[in-house]
Amino acid sequence: MIRVQLPAHLRTLARIDDEVVLDVSGEPTVGAVLDALEDRYPVLRGTIRDHVTHRRRPFVRFFACEQDLSHDPPHTRLPEEVIAATEPFLVVGAMAGG
Amino acid sequence: MSGVRVLVGTRKGAFVLTSDGARKKWEVSGPQFAGWEIYHVKGSPVDQKRLYASQSSGWFGQMIQRSNDGGKTWEPVGNKFAYEGTPGTHQWYDGTPHPWEFARVWHLEPSLTDPDTVYAGIQDAAIFRTTDGGQNWQELPGLRTHQSGPKWQPGAGGLCLHTILIDPSNHDRIFIAISAAGAFRTDDAGKTWRPINRGLKSQGIPDPNAEVGHCVHRIAMHGSRPGTLFMQKHWDVMRSDDAGESWTEVSGNLPTDFGFAMDVHAHEPETVYVVPIKSDSEHFPPDGQLRVYRSRTGGNEWEPLTKGLPQRDCYVNVLRDAMAVDSLDSCGVYFGTTGGQVYASADAGDTWSAVVHDLPPVLSVEVQTLQ
Repeated sequence: MIRVQLPAHLRTLARIDDEVVLDVSGEPTVGAVLDALEDRYPVLRGTIRDHVTHRRRPFVRFFACEQDLSHDPPHTRLPEEVIAATEPFLVVGAMAGG
Repeated sequence: MSGVRVLVGTRKGAFVLTSDGARKKWEVSGPQFAGWEIYHVKGSPVDQKRLYASQSSGWFGQMIQRSNDGGKTWEPVGNKFAYEGTPGTHQWYDGTPHPWEFARVWHLEPSLTDPDTVYAGIQDAAIFRTTDGGQNWQELPGLRTHQSGPKWQPGAGGLCLHTILIDPSNHDRIFIAISAAGAFRTDDAGKTWRPINRGLKSQGIPDPNAEVGHCVHRIAMHGSRPGTLFMQKHWDVMRSDDAGESWTEVSGNLPTDFGFAMDVHAHEPETVYVVPIKSDSEHFPPDGQLRVYRSRTGGNEWEPLTKGLPQRDCYVNVLRDAMAVDSLDSCGVYFGTTGGQVYASADAGDTWSAVVHDLPPVLSVEVQTLQ
């Protein structure tokens, strides 16, 4: 089980109020979490990463356990605390004004 | 009972303004999609309850929303806009090749006959179509792959396809405009396209026969005369009476012929509206006076319309998709400003009043005439 926290706009799109808990099959990686998230909530496809290339959108960042995972390759294994569900995986809209 | 529904896209959400045929008392609902940029909201001409909205964000990309109940409720539909094949390059601002990249949907143009068919004009410039109510979008690649495509260069707002006009008498004929590539026309439902920019003159383009490169801000048409087009170019107000084959300037006595928005009266094909803006470096009305200009002669002779509009200290802009007309007997005219006002006139522009004063900057205004 992986806990995922989404920014407000994506929670609104997915019509969820709180943290998402996902079953992730296979190796628990950043890419696998995003695959599971998009399978559960197809409306989020294209909002976190590109439809085709799966590249992270520039103003979206990934954090967990006070680490910035945004630049890690998608096959990077998640921190053990995230895998154990004691810490959430955070999808964050980069801070910018306006 | 007749009435109107004004669909307003803003920098921070969509708003729906409704009124009866008198257009004096208004109900304002919204924001829908709060916090997102709504570039355009438009209804199907054959199903008044079917609306489409382009919702976008620099963070989370593009969404398309659809309503089946006139904007009370919405559902997200397909948001995948993938160019056909290998996109190649267009020109960047510095003249170097730049890969074609999807940024957002600027304009949604529902079919005149089928509520499930919609055209989308996107940045970087291309035209897409859905035939299943927005679930899936396919590019009509003949436009982007036109031989001039590698020479297209973005305007300051990006390489955007912002205008789509379907000829009511021949649905295979569609006009589009791109900043800053120019105007194009298809006569075969989007398979092939050709530039229609002959007669346009732009500073910085010394070749009078330049096929592309003109910064067309807007094209408008009256449905009863689809061969007559009016154009607000970066500078110059233009007119064509041969479906874009040639253009002549009709700026006439306008105080400045720079601007963005324009439209044509619903019942008078020779009555045209523009909102002159001081210059390309000062995007606000001349002298702080917000004035719509109306020509009842198809251009050249213009009269200022000022009653009810601020005539001092007004420094807003009116963007290219932010003017529309209704088709009630006394034609209503509407426009929105970057200051968040939406002005309405129920008497073809003679008098105006602000329906709302304090919305976020208005990106687009469309009107549905409800019967």
